This record gives sequence, C-alpha cells and structure tokens, in this order.
Amino acid sequence: MNAQLQPTGSAYFIAKETEKPESHTLSVLVDNEPGVLARVIGLFSGRGYNIESLTVSETEHEKHLSRITIVTRGTPHVMEQIKHQLERIVPVHRVVDLTVRSHELGQERPLERELALVKVAGTGDARVEALRLADAFRASVIDANTEHFIFEITGKGSKLDQFIAIMKPLGLVEICRTGVAAMNRGPQGM
Amino acid sequence: MTNGQNERREMTGAEMVVQALKDNGVKHVFGYPGGAVLPIYDEIFQQDEVEHILVRHEQGAGHAAEGYARSTGKAGVLLVTSGPGATNAVTPLQDALMDSIPLVCLTGQVPTSLIGSDAFQECDTVGITRPCTKHNWLVKDVNDLAATIHEAFHVATTGRPGPVVVDIPKDVQFAKGIYVPPQTAPRTSYQPKVQGDLEKVKAAVELMAGAKKPIIYSGGGVINSGPEASHLLRELVDLTGFPITSTLMGLGAYPASGKNWVGMLGMHGTYEANMAMHDCDVMICIGARFDDRITGRLNAFSPNSKKIHIDIDPSSINKNVHADIGILGDVGRVLEDLVRLWRATAKTDKKALYPWWEQIAKWRARDSLAYKMNSDVIMPQYAIQRLYALTKDMDTYITTEVGQHQMWAAQHYHFDKPNRWMTSGGLGTMGYGLPAALGVQIAHPDALVIDIAGDASVQMTMQEMSSAVQYEAPIKIFILNNQYMGMVRQWQQLLHGNRLSHSYTEAMPDFVKLAEAYGGHGIRCDKPDELDDAIREMISVKKPVLFDCRVATLANCFPMIPSGKAHNEMLLPDEATDEAVANAIDAKGRELV
Ligand SMILES: Cc1ncc(C[n+]2csc(CCOP(=O)(O)OP(=O)(O)O)c2C)c(N)n1
Ligand SMILES: [Mg+2]
Repeated sequence: MNAQLQPTGSAYFIAKETEKPESHTLSVLVDNEPGVLARVIGLFSGRGYNIESLTVSETEHEKHLSRITIVTRGTPHVMEQIKHQLERIVPVHRVVDLTVRSHELGQERPLERELALVKVAGTGDARVEALRLADAFRASVIDANTEHFIFEITGKGSKLDQFIAIMKPLGLVEICRTGVAAMNRGPQGM
Repeated sequence: MTNGQNERREMTGAEMVVQALKDNGVKHVFGYPGGAVLPIYDEIFQQDEVEHILVRHEQGAGHAAEGYARSTGKAGVLLVTSGPGATNAVTPLQDALMDSIPLVCLTGQVPTSLIGSDAFQECDTVGITRPCTKHNWLVKDVNDLAATIHEAFHVATTGRPGPVVVDIPKDVQFAKGIYVPPQTAPRTSYQPKVQGDLEKVKAAVELMAGAKKPIIYSGGGVINSGPEASHLLRELVDLTGFPITSTLMGLGAYPASGKNWVGMLGMHGTYEANMAMHDCDVMICIGARFDDRITGRLNAFSPNSKKIHIDIDPSSINKNVHADIGILGDVGRVLEDLVRLWRATAKTDKKALYPWWEQIAKWRARDSLAYKMNSDVIMPQYAIQRLYALTKDMDTYITTEVGQHQMWAAQHYHFDKPNRWMTSGGLGTMGYGLPAALGVQIAHPDALVIDIAGDASVQMTMQEMSSAVQYEAPIKIFILNNQYMGMVRQWQQLLHGNRLSHSYTEAMPDFVKLAEAYGGHGIRCDKPDELDDAIREMISVKKPVLFDCRVATLANCFPMIPSGKAHNEMLLPDEATDEAVANAIDAKGRELV
C-alpha cells in the first residue's frame, strides 16, 4: 500500500505530483465582518493555492452572512486540504465543494453563471456586425451612442470567453467580468 | 465565572479590559507599556487581582506567556502597545500558532479616527497578525469590547488551541460603555468537534486488536487536551501492551520511565522509535501531525502500515500522510471511547506481540544515543544526563532554546509528567527558552525551572534576565556553551563541505559577569568532575542563574535522519565518521531544510 500524499503545507518535500489537478468551484458561507475576505484570500496565497475566480457579496442581510464563490484548481487531495483549511477560519460557517457535490448528485458540474459588461466602439460594418453577434449571444445593449455599445452578457465562462474573442476585431474597448456565481441543481440548499 | 456585581455595568473600555481578564480567570499578564495602552495600564495600577509582569521586550512577553500556558494548561496573556509593541509580538504569536499554544494578546492601537493615517506608532496590527493567529479582532466600539475579549479567550483555549489578538484603539479604552460578563453561547460559525465518531473508534479498535507490529505515536495534542488525556494514554498503552513513541512536543504524556517507551521519534529520535515506525503494521497517531521532522522522506514513510489518526483539526488529517482511519475529535474524548471499547471488545494478547518486542529490543541494543565520554572535556550529552540525575526527583520544569542542546535535552532529559517540557517545536525559535522559563516560574513560584540553553540562542532574549531578577524568579539558565551555533555548524559539515560560514561566535560575552551585571548569579564549569557540584550550586542559589557550561565544541547530535532520507536510513553515532557525515545527504536532500 502506498499511503503517501503530496504535502501542501511544506516546502520541504518537493515530491512528484501523481494526482491530476482539476478545477473546482467552492461555496463558502461566512459572517459578513471586516477582514473576512482577507482571511480567505490570505489562506490561498499563504498556502500556495490559486484562485481562478472569486465572487463575494452579502446574501442574508439580517444574519450578516456573505457567500463567497471561489473557483480554484487542485488535486483531490489538495481540494480536501483547501476545504478543511477554510473551515478552520473562525467566521466561516460552511464550505461546500460544489463540484464534488454535483458529482455526488450524478451531474457533471454545478450551475455556474458569470456576467460581463463589454464595451465595443466602432462605426459602419463592424458596428452592425457587433450588434448582430450580440443578438445571437443574447447579450443586451445597456448603453449606446452612435460610436459605441456596452453589452451585458450572462452565461457560462466559456460563452463569455467566446463572445469577447469575437468582439476583439470589432472594436473591443474594455471588459468587466463579475466572476462566477454558482450553486448546485435540485431542491436542496448548500 | 461571572459574579453578580459585574452584570452589565457601565465602565470605560480600559476598565472592561481588566474586568474581562478577571472574569476569565487571569492571574498574570506579561506586558510592556506604551502610549496606546496607557489607559489599560492605569487600570492595572489601581487593582491587585491581576498581576502584571513587566518584561524587557515584547517578544519576551509572548514567550513568557507561552511558557505560562504550556505549564498550566491555561491561556497565557500578553499586553503590548501599538506599532513596534505589536510587531515585536509577532514571533511568539507564530510560535504559539505552530505549537497550538493558547495565547491572548491585547494590543493598543491609535485612536479610531487616526487609523489609516500613518499616525505615530500606527501599524495594521490585525493585518500583520492575521496569518499568525487563530483569529484576531479590531474593536471599534466600546460596547463590543467585553464580548470580544470573552470570545478571544474562548477561541484561544478551545478546539485546537492557538494565539489570538484583540486590537484596541486608544479612544475605545477611554470611551464608556456597557460591560457584559462572559457568555456561554459562542458564535455559531465556531464549534469545534470534540466527540469522535464512534463507528470509526470501533474500526480503530478492531484494526489495533489484529496488529502484530503496532506502534503508538503521540504528540503535543495529548498534552493540550489536558492531564486526563495523558492518563488515558497511559491506560491505553498498559491495556494493549503496544510500544509508544512521541514527538518532541508530546514528551511527558507517556512517562519516559514507562516500560513501553521507545524514546522520541523523528530527525533526532531514537533508532528503535524510527525503525518501529518504519516497520510497523498499524500506526496509531494521537494528537500529532506528521510533520516533516517526523516523517523523513515521505514516500518512504512507514510503507507497510495502516494508519489511525486522531486529531481535533480536520486539516491535519490526510494533510501529509493518508490516514486509513481518521478520527476527528478531542484526543481526550476519543481516548476515553477507545479505552472503553478496547476493554469491552478486544482481547489483549500480549504474547502475540513478543516477536515485535524482540525486534525492538534488537534495535534498542544499537544504543543510538551513545556518545564517547571524555574525562577532560564535558560532553554536552553528559551535562544533560547529570542535570537530569540531579534534578529528576525535584519539582522540575524544563524549557529550551533551539539547536543541538534542544535535541540533546529531548534525548537525555526524561519526562514522566505532561506540561513539564516547554520547547519551540514548530517554529524553532531561538530565544524562546529564557522568557518561557520566566513564564513557567511565575506560574510555579516554588518549582525548579531550568532553561537548557545554547550560547547563541540565549543571547537573543537575554534581556529578560532583568525581568527575572525584578520578580525574584529564580530561573536557571543552563547554557551548553560550545561557542558555535552548533546545529548550524553540524549542517554545514553535513551539506557544505564543513565551510563554517558565520556559525562561530567570535566574541562571546562573559556569562558569569553578565549574570552578575543583571543582579543574578553566574557559574562556570568546564571539568566533568566538577560538574555535579556546580549543578548543585545552581539548584541551591535562590536567584536567577546563568550557568556557563563549557562543553565540547564540535560534538554532533546523533542519531539523525538526514534530510531526504527515510526512517531506516538513520545516521547512527558509531557510524558517523567524518566521511559518512560529509556524504550523508545527496544533492536532492540539499534543497531541503
Ligand atoms: C530566531 C532564529 N534564527 C535562526 C535560527 C536558525 N538556527 C537554528 S539552530 C541555530 C544555532 C543555535 O545555536 P546555539 O543556541 O548555540 O545552540 P547549539 O546548536 O550550539 O546547541 C540557528 C542559528 C533559528 N532557529 N531561530
Ligand atoms: Mg552553541
């Protein structure tokens, strides 16, 4: 039996990674108090975990609860560590690995949505083409004059990536993305 | 611990601090004043229930509080000012975090209106201490102050213990508000799990009952869990007849004089302990965390064993080593279940363990702690052995600094009780031992408190001799003076062609004169045959003592698992020729610490 795992908390044993890292989406329910986000982020940077996306907002005002959604990458073992390390933070109530949970529910992945604001400037054919494509992507125009549009688009990250790539040659000026909001399908809460 | 008169009274923030300390059972606070804590100092001045111990450096306050906590099982408390006061406390906070020591650190802060303005002696204390505390708070409203301090004590002392910081702006200390007594309802997001899963405990008993080559590996968690846990550990060992080893932090939980004791394990542990770890079929890890000093090369760590891991911290289980049975809970509670279930269901067959014990006896016969005696020069191991022989029957507490002397102390001083051994394990902080001894002595005024020190380490917090003299704390600083940063020198010999870059102390102070300058007592000894008398003198002097014990300068600490090697690749003293030492670590191992 080979019981050894890759240590994450130690720089002393630089062993070969045998498990494959994969992307996971975590939901973290926390007390909405000063410094709580710094604690979560500090944990990731201090222990060498990476953050691919981070979204945070208060979700239950009366109970002072915020929900943080983090997309990170790691081997199953590292993911278990991240979850337990997050749980150690005093103002953290619950940590759910939505990706693992979705697998348990027989689904491929949790529901994930992201919103982007995309500013495109131009005239003539490019402008017409931008509007046509935005329509095809179900992006809506939330601001415009004769020289620019700002599109609002919601969807999976990959859809946003694609939309942005298409807008590039059509006069893309700037992008703002919210990061991923996620939950599991079905009637149960986190 | 409330008493009626404190129920919801109006008082100033500074008064609240002192009241909250009293209500949390605090008798001693280690601290150093400054502008941002003067209102609290003024309150301290006007009462005598809480005694303040004035240190000479805030790091000293922190380590003293750690020593106090480790030797009593209660939280250690320190009080420091803003800015440099707080930053000086960072080292002991991290030290306490790594060794799971309950500390409550109160820091002064500039007034709330000045926070963020780069005011005089301002620093972002909660920002700086966030990664080196279990939790911290900045209190901006005096009406939150009392509850926050109570919560701070709760968080520091429950679950996996650790240090906490409460940062209190000066205007909050002056402001008036309502004091609330300690409450029993803690916040909902913090509820450590103390009771272990009974099904898993059952599975553990089953696995243990079938073991042919078991080993119990216990750690600091047993000590943190309280005396009852140590008691249960002894019971478990007696019941099962299993051999037991311990980490550096766990020494004393099972008595070194116990017949199942195989010595400390790890980098400088005994050959029998490490070989038993390597060859065992069932390992029962109790309140320890598979630290890299313990496991050696991970992919060769105990390759054929099933592992049971009992710990209060879920992130410790499966962190470095896979646990076949991971039991989350307080070590004491889980041991209670384990002992009960073992009695009820398992039949102890001590005969079945005979071959295993025979094997262990063979390893033990290698005598891995042996060293060559010398009649002209004091060998450091000999010094510890004599210190042990002459103090073991007294009410003795031992602290250490960090280096070879620390490992020799762990190897040659034997502990039969928990809470008697205070050392900086996780962080390895030179300068820990002297102030820690002060803290222990304050908690146990009549005990014999000895810091087994190194000549280099002891200079890092030497100023606390002055505090010891002030409080008539007769701590004994027993310096194994080898003129080197011995552990650094040993590694330079192992890894860097014996090029001793900056590990020799060219200008050593005269420790005897230094002791006298502080108002303490100095002793020097460099002859093996004068050592006993000198130690007796040290014990009998009722003053702080600096004992300059001149030992062999180039002795190495063995046995040793060189970095990057496995438990069964130990370097033993009788094999450690200069050549073997020079080649002990290969290119890969060099990168490691
Ligand atoms: C604050 C701090 N700085 C540096 C080190 C690295 N270090 C570990 S042991 C050691 C030498 C200790 O020398 P001494 O106190 O004389 O003990 P010896 O090894 O000689 O017994 C050093 C420098 C440390 N552990 N702590
Ligand atoms: Mg030395």
